[in-house]
Amino acid sequence: MATAMILLPRSAIRAGDIVAVKTMLSHPMETGYRRKENGDEIPRDIIRRMVCRYDGAEVFAVDLHQAIAANPFITFSMVATRSGPIEFEWIGDNGFRHLQTAQINIAR
Amino acid sequence: MSQPFSKRCAIELDRRAVMGVGAAFFAGLAVRAAHATPELETAMRRFTGGAMVKSGKVTLDIAPLVENGNAVGVEVLVDHPMKPDSFVKSIALFTEKNPAPEVAVFHLTPRSGRAHVVTRMRLATTQHVTALAQLSDGSFWQDTREVIVTIAACTEE
Repeated sequence: MATAMILLPRSAIRAGDIVAVKTMLSHPMETGYRRKENGDEIPRDIIRRMVCRYDGAEVFAVDLHQAIAANPFITFSMVATRSGPIEFEWIGDNGFRHLQTAQINIAR
Repeated sequence: MSQPFSKRCAIELDRRAVMGVGAAFFAGLAVRAAHATPELETAMRRFTGGAMVKSGKVTLDIAPLVENGNAVGVEVLVDHPMKPDSFVKSIALFTEKNPAPEVAVFHLTPRSGRAHVVTRMRLATTQHVTALAQLSDGSFWQDTREVIVTIAACTEE
């Protein structure tokens, strides 16, 4: 099973702040270019897409290719609007799908 | 007898030499314009739809020399506001000499707040990396950096 790490700023977040969201998923991102010792190809097994949904909208998405390093690490920004869950979804080869949510709390 | 022949030959040679040099010059220009292999050009055209790409606005931050091509930190910042009527729609990363030119395409919205993304990529060898950004008005901007790689990705363990 893959596991994901989602990091939000530790400092107090106010509505309207631009926050950096850091994510990392444990995954080999096997390129499909490598071969085993007996010459057989190691089939491609990569994450193709990550999507982030928050406060009723898809705020960020990224399409990934073989050139992304193993354990895909993605940082992006978003505007904090209200307290609530941020939903992350990773989609990959061989029917891979990983859903995880993080909670954002707006200070008042 | 031999005089006119050698003269003609010299002229012939001259014309060929001139054309050859000219052709080589233009070929060199075309290649240098974008550090582009045909695969890279095709991939970039798929992203831009053939639109003109300007230099500027985009800052691609990547180490000029890396030891390990298996995980190279790369950061892209686009100097443009993220307002509902004018924002950075997407940022794409391309490589010149990896087995496939595409690296990633980031899709942003006005709710991104800032056009800033970070990831870690693989580099098969010393080469140029290009970041392209598409704005909501349909314009494209780019930045290119050369990275020297001492231990490549994709090599067998």
